[in-house]
Amino acid sequence: MESEQPRLSLRHISKSYSGNRVLSDVSLDVRAGEIHALLGENGAGKSTLMKILMGMDEIRQSGGFEGEILLDGEPVQIDSPKRAHELGVCMVHQELMLVNGFTVAENIRVGREPVKRIGRGERDAACLPIDFSRLREQAKTALERLHVELDGDMPIAELPVTQMQFVEIAREVDRPGIRLLILDEPTAVLNDEEAECLLDRMARLKQSGLSILFITHRLGEVLRCCDRITVLRDGAVAGRAESGKTSAAAIAEMMIGKRLLAIHTSERISFGEPTEEPVLQLNGFWADLPGERVERLDLEVRRGEILGLGGLSGQGKIGFANGLMGLCPSGGVVILDGRELSLGDAGSVLRAGFGFVSEDRRRVGLLSGSSIEENIAIPAMLNFGRFLRRVGPVQMIDRRAMRANALEFIHALDIRCTGPDQPAGMLSGGNQQKVCVAQALTLRPRILLVSEPTRGIDIGAKHLLLNVLLRLNREQGITIVFTSSELQELRSVCDRIAIISRGRVAGILPPDAPEAEFGLMMSGLDVKRSGV
Amino acid sequence: MTKWKRTLKKNAVPLLFISLSAFAFLYSGASGPVVVSDVVSRFARNAILVLSLIFPVLAGMGLNFGIAIGAMAGQIALFFVMLAGITGTNGLLAAALLCVPLAVVFGWLSSLVLNRTKGQEMITSMLLAFFASGVYQFFFLYLLGGVIPVNNPDFLMGSGIGVRSNLDMTGMQYALDDLLKTDVFTCLLATAAGFGVWLVYQAVKHKKQPLYLALLFALDAALLALGVLGKFGGLWPQYRVMVQIPVATLLVVALVGFVIRYFFSTRMGQRMRAVGNDTTASSAVGIDVNRVRTQAMILSTLVAALGQIVYLQNIGTIAVYSAHENVGMFSAAALLVGGASVSGATVPQALLGTLLFHLLFNILPIAGQKLFGSPEIGEYFRVFIAYGIIAVTLSLYAWKITAKRNATREKKRN
Repeated sequence: MESEQPRLSLRHISKSYSGNRVLSDVSLDVRAGEIHALLGENGAGKSTLMKILMGMDEIRQSGGFEGEILLDGEPVQIDSPKRAHELGVCMVHQELMLVNGFTVAENIRVGREPVKRIGRGERDAACLPIDFSRLREQAKTALERLHVELDGDMPIAELPVTQMQFVEIAREVDRPGIRLLILDEPTAVLNDEEAECLLDRMARLKQSGLSILFITHRLGEVLRCCDRITVLRDGAVAGRAESGKTSAAAIAEMMIGKRLLAIHTSERISFGEPTEEPVLQLNGFWADLPGERVERLDLEVRRGEILGLGGLSGQGKIGFANGLMGLCPSGGVVILDGRELSLGDAGSVLRAGFGFVSEDRRRVGLLSGSSIEENIAIPAMLNFGRFLRRVGPVQMIDRRAMRANALEFIHALDIRCTGPDQPAGMLSGGNQQKVCVAQALTLRPRILLVSEPTRGIDIGAKHLLLNVLLRLNREQGITIVFTSSELQELRSVCDRIAIISRGRVAGILPPDAPEAEFGLMMSGLDVKRSGV
Repeated sequence: MTKWKRTLKKNAVPLLFISLSAFAFLYSGASGPVVVSDVVSRFARNAILVLSLIFPVLAGMGLNFGIAIGAMAGQIALFFVMLAGITGTNGLLAAALLCVPLAVVFGWLSSLVLNRTKGQEMITSMLLAFFASGVYQFFFLYLLGGVIPVNNPDFLMGSGIGVRSNLDMTGMQYALDDLLKTDVFTCLLATAAGFGVWLVYQAVKHKKQPLYLALLFALDAALLALGVLGKFGGLWPQYRVMVQIPVATLLVVALVGFVIRYFFSTRMGQRMRAVGNDTTASSAVGIDVNRVRTQAMILSTLVAALGQIVYLQNIGTIAVYSAHENVGMFSAAALLVGGASVSGATVPQALLGTLLFHLLFNILPIAGQKLFGSPEIGEYFRVFIAYGIIAVTLSLYAWKITAKRNATREKKRN
């Protein structure tokens, strides 16, 4: 369709992980000297596509992929990152890949240091000493190409994140024969001004004829600097657009789509109106969960509501519950029913009236070798002394009470198992999740924190779990803070949905707000807070 | 002021041990010449073993307690050289050559295991050394004489199966040490002269800070004065008689040190440092991480094998079944005393550490004995020091890391 040869052409790429299709028939063209945006929600298949393009080990080990990659019209086999580099395909990773103890210059030429010339000629042996003055010059040239002024002798660890980002880009652009640069969410860690600066450098690189594949969530940037846009959803191309002829709202809708919603809306139980009274108040709450940092959360949870926490991954929504439970360093003011909570110790938080269902059920949620009944009972036993009986001076575990409690939950939550003594690790994901919920409920919490309960479980179990949450809320009046990456799931059960972006609350929306509004908010675009 | 403070903080560990040994020296009332002479020979024979730890530390693999495996390679090489009847300096050279293929293979085998247990290299290498020790003992205790014929019955136990537990290195003892030996003052004079030439060169070429240079010149003058007074002035006669410096051995140590420094100035060395700093980033830029780690293990094992040969030529007998046992632990302790950590070590740190560790090793038992009046307690002090040093410096390191992480978090938050 285009007269000119595309720089990169992906043809009918499909990929499955053990039977689970994550990419199906994705085709994509990147022209020479264009900035092409690749958009999509988490799990849409962007990172898998990039792994294929960079020849990561993971792809080969999980059975390869179908389809074809063409570079400047020639079919290529990319079987390692090294091969990708040789072909001129380079990538700037989202989590910066810089060597911390090295200087700026050393980082730019890492693995490709110039060596001292011995005698005549350009010998290039790894056992010759590095020529540091040439190294500095080469690094300087690479930085100048990006129009960045930086002292090559600065230790990389002392630089602000933006400049680290530039150093990494300089390193990749400096590779000989580079044809395509992939930028994976380079602006995720930057503030607006810094991002602007980066976009400006990208435009300059584009003018020098480089093709850029730009992965981002920020729609504003896309419209401003990209030439064309491809949107992925559920592993397939959901739409393409040219940035001059589309709007942020249209793209946001393409990203999020309208699937799944219908299933749950029909299940909706009539609202028992939550009160306006706050039960939990967060002021300047922070939590340092690696990869999910919460910068500053100011949020009120109302009594009797289901509050959804949504947002893209890496923005901090997971950090909230983990920080509150003391699973990572955290701080700030947390007020429960008018009393300030001391943070940092899971036990005291549980005793204050929280229940916690972790997103990591295998490592945090369950003792996989212990039985279902023990798993359900242990937190209540440790924190409230339940399921214990006193025999003379010693306390003994009350097995009978434990069993009765377990049977009750097995029945109520429909946990599919051979019996309460089955090891929890033997259960399927959905049933493990139900055990986690039972464990939290046995604590008789006032507030239940549920993180990603439907991750990795099948659709039937998902349905059931969501219904359990609804029933707990409607019938027992438990306040629930429900964290999930799946927006549709949140919209089907929550009363209000707070979108977390860059470690802060970007806004709070009612569940029936239009898709585009959610999409825009998640993408970090400023929108007027509506409604709630 | 803050600069001084930082330097002080950075060198806290060596300073602690320097003051500890000074205190112990004063308290023990040990004779100066005896201590100096003993420490010099201990330093010369142990330094290479300690240097061998630098590669894995900088490759991010922590302290390689598996250098015991290198020591075994050295012992095997020495055994076969002795069996072949080669003695003297030739014997040492032959052993040094023979240990190379052995150490390379052993190092490579260790790396196969360590590359599969990333993050737990220290404990893995320690257990690997125990395992290798078992195989090694099987070889010497049964295979030699039992399966592999050994033509010289002097090396075997009475039954004709298995090697005797102590082998006398006749003709090879001090083969390196005695190549060139001088009294302490001659050595001082020579060092001061060399140092002076180097200083003049530096002053002319680089024009460093005048204060710094002046200090160094003063130091050199002091050394020179000491040498002159001792050698020609007739002062400190007991030192002149008793303290003999094994110059040849020290030159070998210096050579190994320079080779290591050179290595880390090459691209190979730079890659090793990159891997040690950040494994994921290194592999993302196309460095073959496993290969670099394998190189580190092979080099470490090789240098350790050479180190053990140098060590044994000073001792004079091979305790076939136990000479390698504490090598890893003592060398690691020495390296840590010098101010190195699990993630960073330099040649000067290794050398300073060796010196301090063996000074303590020498003095503390005497001090302990004096304090408690029992030689057993003195002996106990030695082991206590070695393990204690490792435990203390490792905890200090962990504490430092946490403090640093908290500091960066604070910085990021503000």
